[in-house]
Amino acid sequence: MAVLDPHFVDSVRLDDSFNASACMNCGICTAVCPLGLEHLPREIFAYVVLGMKEEVLRHQDTVFSCLLCKLCEVNCPAGVHITENVRALRHYFDSEVFQIQGGPGDAASHV
Amino acid sequence: MPLATSDTVGILADNLRLRRSVLPIPAANAIRWTEGLHLARGGERVLYTGQMYQLIPYIEQMVATQEKLGDSWLAGFTGFGRRVNRVLNITSFMAHPGVDERSVYDRIPHNVALLLRRAGVEFGSLFDEDLYSGALIYDLGVDEVLKAHAQKVYEVFQKYGVKEAITIDPHTTNMLRTVYPTLIPGYDLRVRSYLEVLADLGYGPSRKLSGEVAIHDSCVFARYEGVVEAPRQLLQQTGLTIREPEHTGTSTWCCGGPAESLFPKTAAAQASRRVSELRAVAGRGVTMCPLCFVNLQKAAGDTMQFEDISDYLLQACQAEGLTEEIANGH
Repeated sequence: MAVLDPHFVDSVRLDDSFNASACMNCGICTAVCPLGLEHLPREIFAYVVLGMKEEVLRHQDTVFSCLLCKLCEVNCPAGVHITENVRALRHYFDSEVFQIQGGPGDAASHV
Repeated sequence: MPLATSDTVGILADNLRLRRSVLPIPAANAIRWTEGLHLARGGERVLYTGQMYQLIPYIEQMVATQEKLGDSWLAGFTGFGRRVNRVLNITSFMAHPGVDERSVYDRIPHNVALLLRRAGVEFGSLFDEDLYSGALIYDLGVDEVLKAHAQKVYEVFQKYGVKEAITIDPHTTNMLRTVYPTLIPGYDLRVRSYLEVLADLGYGPSRKLSGEVAIHDSCVFARYEGVVEAPRQLLQQTGLTIREPEHTGTSTWCCGGPAESLFPKTAAAQASRRVSELRAVAGRGVTMCPLCFVNLQKAAGDTMQFEDISDYLLQACQAEGLTEEIANGH
């Protein structure tokens, strides 16, 4: 059974531009993706919005393999900020999972 | 060898934070493109490289090391390597490109300087203070490190009273023109690609080149910065026949380059797919980004020859016999 964290989306959101919930799951992004990514963006965005944190963490490689080429975004009929949303997900991994944001919590900042 | 994304991203971010570049290179090599140009330091308008072209031979050597080590070029240095890298620049031990490898990439910013001079544009350089923009760290989402670095870059512009930066590659253009204004309050630098500058001023080469070239648009130029018509307008003036691949203009396909630091096999596979599209329309290709150039040429091998757009633009001026004169600023 999936564990849901209703606050997870707030920890991923960098600012008001994060709009994963605007996705209407039409599939155009998947159709045009040059890498043919299966889970990003639609499925992983849905996990974020639903608070399925463990599912997002399981797809780390997918989140970091996106080319950010924006071909999906310019074709998205719902105006989802796909590349910025993916960057927000990477920021989440960097700060909360990898602990590498150069801030007080990052050991590297104390060197 | 398994890939450790966290440590790879960490090393790149540490390098930007501690050494002002994801892959620090010797200052003498970063500014070799300025030799013979007699450029002033600073000024209201500068030609800004962001070290992008100069970095490529170093990245290529890192990638070659990766092929020996495993799935990522930093795979052998992750974990313990990140801790060492904070006090000792381990990446500097992994890449020592020779003069021949470097000269290809030093040539591009030199080309651009000559083209701008020929068009009557006055500009200086920031030489060793022409810093990497942080584009890769932005893509990887390490926003706090990027923001601090962007401030350092902007302070250099302010120090020399720079009002306008003319950029060469799409990534530096995007960072300085679109990303930095979101990070730095009061940011007021004017940023234009040299392709836009030349298209606006009028290029008009005297010599006509012949043949067909497949044009490869950079994703960042085409979809992030709206630079689509300027390169076509300039290439048409050289006399070359432009062949458009299946995915082109704002629908261009990526070269795979953005995946190279973490997933080199994914990058190579995408580059091969893109080369197939380009090869279907012409035997020669033209790029306008160093990452596109190196990824596509590597994937094409001997089956297709790529040139940076500045090479073609300058070749079409060489009959004018102005190269030496322009280099000296006359």
